Parts: sequence; C-alpha cells; structure tokens
Amino acid sequence: MKVAEKDVLVHCHHVTCSYGDSAVVSDVNFTLRRGEFAGIVGPSGSGKTTLLKAVLGSIMPVHGNIDMLKGLRMGYVPQVESVDWNFPVTVLEVMMMTRSEKKWWPRITTAERAAAEDVLERLGLGGLSGRHIRELSGGQQQRVFVARALFHSPDILVLDEPTSGVDVRTRHEVLHLLADLHDAGMSVLLTTHDLNGLAAHLPRLICLNKEIVADGSPREVLVPEVLEKLYGAPMHVLEHGGMPVVLDHSENPMVGRFGGKAV
Amino acid sequence: MGSSLVYALSLGEPYGFQFFRNGAFVALIAGGLCGLLGVFVVLRGMSYIGHGLSHAVFGGAAASAVMNFNYFIGAGIWGVVSGVLIGRIARRRIIGADAAIGVVTTASFALGLALLNRYGQAKRSIEAVLFGSVLGVKNSDIIAVLVVAVLATVVIVLGYRKFLFSTFDPEVAEVSGVKVSLMEAALMIMLSLTILVTMRVIGTLLISALLVIPAATARLLTNRFSRMLWISPLIGAASAFLGMNVAYHTNTSASAMIILMAAATFTCVYFGSGVRGRRRMASFGHL
Repeated sequence: MKVAEKDVLVHCHHVTCSYGDSAVVSDVNFTLRRGEFAGIVGPSGSGKTTLLKAVLGSIMPVHGNIDMLKGLRMGYVPQVESVDWNFPVTVLEVMMMTRSEKKWWPRITTAERAAAEDVLERLGLGGLSGRHIRELSGGQQQRVFVARALFHSPDILVLDEPTSGVDVRTRHEVLHLLADLHDAGMSVLLTTHDLNGLAAHLPRLICLNKEIVADGSPREVLVPEVLEKLYGAPMHVLEHGGMPVVLDHSENPMVGRFGGKAV
Repeated sequence: MGSSLVYALSLGEPYGFQFFRNGAFVALIAGGLCGLLGVFVVLRGMSYIGHGLSHAVFGGAAASAVMNFNYFIGAGIWGVVSGVLIGRIARRRIIGADAAIGVVTTASFALGLALLNRYGQAKRSIEAVLFGSVLGVKNSDIIAVLVVAVLATVVIVLGYRKFLFSTFDPEVAEVSGVKVSLMEAALMIMLSLTILVTMRVIGTLLISALLVIPAATARLLTNRFSRMLWISPLIGAASAFLGMNVAYHTNTSASAMIILMAAATFTCVYFGSGVRGRRRMASFGHL
C-alpha cells in the first residue's frame, strides 16, 4: 500500500504478527518519517526482531498492515553474529551483492569498483576492498555491512542489533557512524537491547514488549514506570552527563554469597 | 633414452581406442562440472546432500532398469523429486537437513537394492551405476554430460551475484529482492542433474567425493568466491583426466583412481598451504 504523505517512509497500522497461534507482536502502531533515527527496544523475546522483519517484508503480519512509501528502498544490515566470517568473500565482493546485474558477464566493471571504493572511503574503509572479511577489525566488519546497505542507495537503513556481540570500542564506532549518517540525512531504524550503550543516545525509542509500551525520546521513555512495564522488574534511572542511565534494580543473587556487597 | 621414448609413446597408447577417448572426455567434463557445483555444495555445507542425492538417484536408476525405462528420464525425475523433497523437509527446521536427507535418500537406496534383489537380471547395469564405468561410456552419456555442463555454467554465470548473495547471506538477499528459494531450487536441480549425468561414469558410491574434494581444495587456495568458481572445476577436471590415464596404465578402477587423484591434490595443498589455509578449512566442520 502507498502512503499519501511524502515524508512518511513506513506506517504500521494495528500490526499483529504470530508464529503459530501465539502473537509475538500485537496491535502495533507507529509511523517513521524521513530523516528519523529510531530504535526499537525491549527484552529478549519481546518481538523486536519480528517487528523489524515485518517492516522489511520478510514476514507478513496476520492482522493490520504496513504501508510503505512507494518505491521505498531499504538497506538492511544483519547482526554480525549471523555472518559466516569464513566464507570466501572479499570486501568488494560483499559490496557487489546488492548490485543488480544487467549484463551477461559478472565481472566487476571499473565504474562499479569506483562507486564501491567511494562508499568504502566515506566509511573509513578505503584501501580495504581486496581484503577477506575475516581480516578486518570488529568495527570494520560492521562497517562493511553498513557500506553494502548504503551501496544500494537506500531511503532508510535498517539494522538488527548493531551492537550485539561487539566490543565497547566497536560499539562507539557504530554509534558514531550511524550518528554521522543520520546527520547527513539518512533515516535509520534499528533494534537493540542495549539501553545505556546505544538506546539512550538515539533521538527516538519505541519500547516494545509484544505491544508498544511507550514511544518517545530517551528522556521521556527511559523512566522507571515504562521500564518496569517493559521488563517486568523494577529499574532505577540515574542521570549522567545529561543522559539517562538505567540500572538493574532487581535483587542481586550474588550478595552475601561470597562475602561481597551488592554492586 | 630409448626406454623413456617407449614410455612416452605408451602414455599415448590408450588414445588409440575409441572407448578410452570417450571415457577420458566424459571424465574431464564430469570432473569440471562436479567441481563447479561442488563450490556451492561445500560453501552451503551440503556435502551430505550430494552423498544422499546420489543414493536417491540409485533408487531411480534401479527402478528404470527393472521397468526397462530410459535411465535419464526415470532416474532424472526420481532425483529431482528427491532433491525438492529434501529441500522442503529441511526448510521446516524441526527436522535438520541431515536427517531429512537420511530419510529420503536411504529409503530410495533401499528400494533400489530391493528391486535389484527381486529382479536380478538388471544386476549388471545396476552395478555400473553403483561403481561407475568410465570405459563403457555411450554417446548419450557424452551428450548428457555436455548439455548439463553448458547449462550449469550458463545459469551460474548469469545468476552469479544472486547465487553468491543467497549462499552467503540468504536473509539479507531475500530482503534485497533476491528470490532465495528460487536460487536454492535452481541449485538443487542442477545438483540433481549433475549427479544424474555423471553417476554412470563415476558411480553412486564415489560421486559425492568429486563434489566435495575439488571445492574444498580450491577453498584452501583462495579467499575469493570468484576464484573458487574456476579453481575448483579445474582441479576436478584435472583429477578426472589424470585418474583416467593412471587407471589405464595400472589396470585399476577409473572412478577410484579419479577420486584418489583429487584426494592426493587435496593432501598436497593441505600440507602446502600451512596454517592459514587450514584455518580456512576449519570452517567446514562437516568435512
């Protein structure tokens, strides 16, 4: 379905998705506009990835519908943990995957190579196009997949848990990269369970636990009432450097066992 | 000097026979074809599928021999149906692909054996399918291998990026507009056809080795998919051609010698490529 408004990229209208009989995502409504940078947050099994897949079109909602801007191009970046790093591909070969073939012989043309090098250069991966994907650092590996998504000239970048399974340094790199892309006008939608490392830095958070619990800025949604609804456990929120920091307030099972105190 | 000249001349001796020329040509093309499809077999972790499919096709071959039906049509339909069936069962995820293959192909193989026992007169042609008979190659075999080899090459060249994308990253490929299930079906059909046309030459029991060894060797030699796609067929074709010649001079089974040549190449490359290459190999847990 098409959306009338020009700046609306994705509009979820009473979306329910289920595997078998049990609904994983229930009656979800949200609108994503051009230039937005939004994160879907929630605990494991809250339906984040399912909702993301519904937006990507790889699973169909059982109820409701998802309207897209006509001709919307999505650049999808999978979780680094799902990538087979031993697969025999170089950075350039990865880049070329999203390029459609309109010629007989699959050889990479000079123009294609130049275009790919250009995107790689912009993401700080210049000179690495001939490298095997395993020969890169964690941050570079993540950026290669962002580069592949961007090479597709998308209207929106969609990332599944971009900081899951990466170290602190890589997480910083990813965050800066996404912020830079957003500043340059790219729309971004991602899922994350990393509240302090990633979610707190985003302009908009959609809190999902099967249903949408809250939708707003971190300051609005990272509050004890919302978090308790989201995680089903009491949480503490502090402020550090003008940003909310979420602390797990549940009873520490280690206290007293080894003579230590609660951290 | 004189003796080496005699030896050199004797190397050319088998080429005086039509049956050997046919056999060597078919082996060369079959080796290249198995090497090409083997790249996908190895990278997708499907080596067990190759093994299973050849056993499944055996059932079809036995059935067509017993019913006096054309081998290519009978065993062909049987193989394609088995291939699609394996894909279907495996996609449900509850049953792993290996178990799905185990169910479909061993049942088919058992049926073939039962038919062989019940209708003994078909025994000779069945044995040819089981162990291969490179030297009993007919014109129809040559044409069949050539047609499938050309077809597979054209399909893989035309769909190169789509095949690569859906092998490396099926989920993202699907989102990016690649019909992943179509690519998988195309690969399964090509694999079934490859097994069908090369099986009478190499034999049910050894064909899976030719689908795995050249590609695994190529993987040790390169980190690029595009290079694997030509190194692997080259190793397959060279092993097949050399194996044929060695078999003639040592009076041994041609298919066994072909696989031994491929295995020897793998061994040399494995030890020659050192730790780096072996680390690449570590990704293939099933080998």
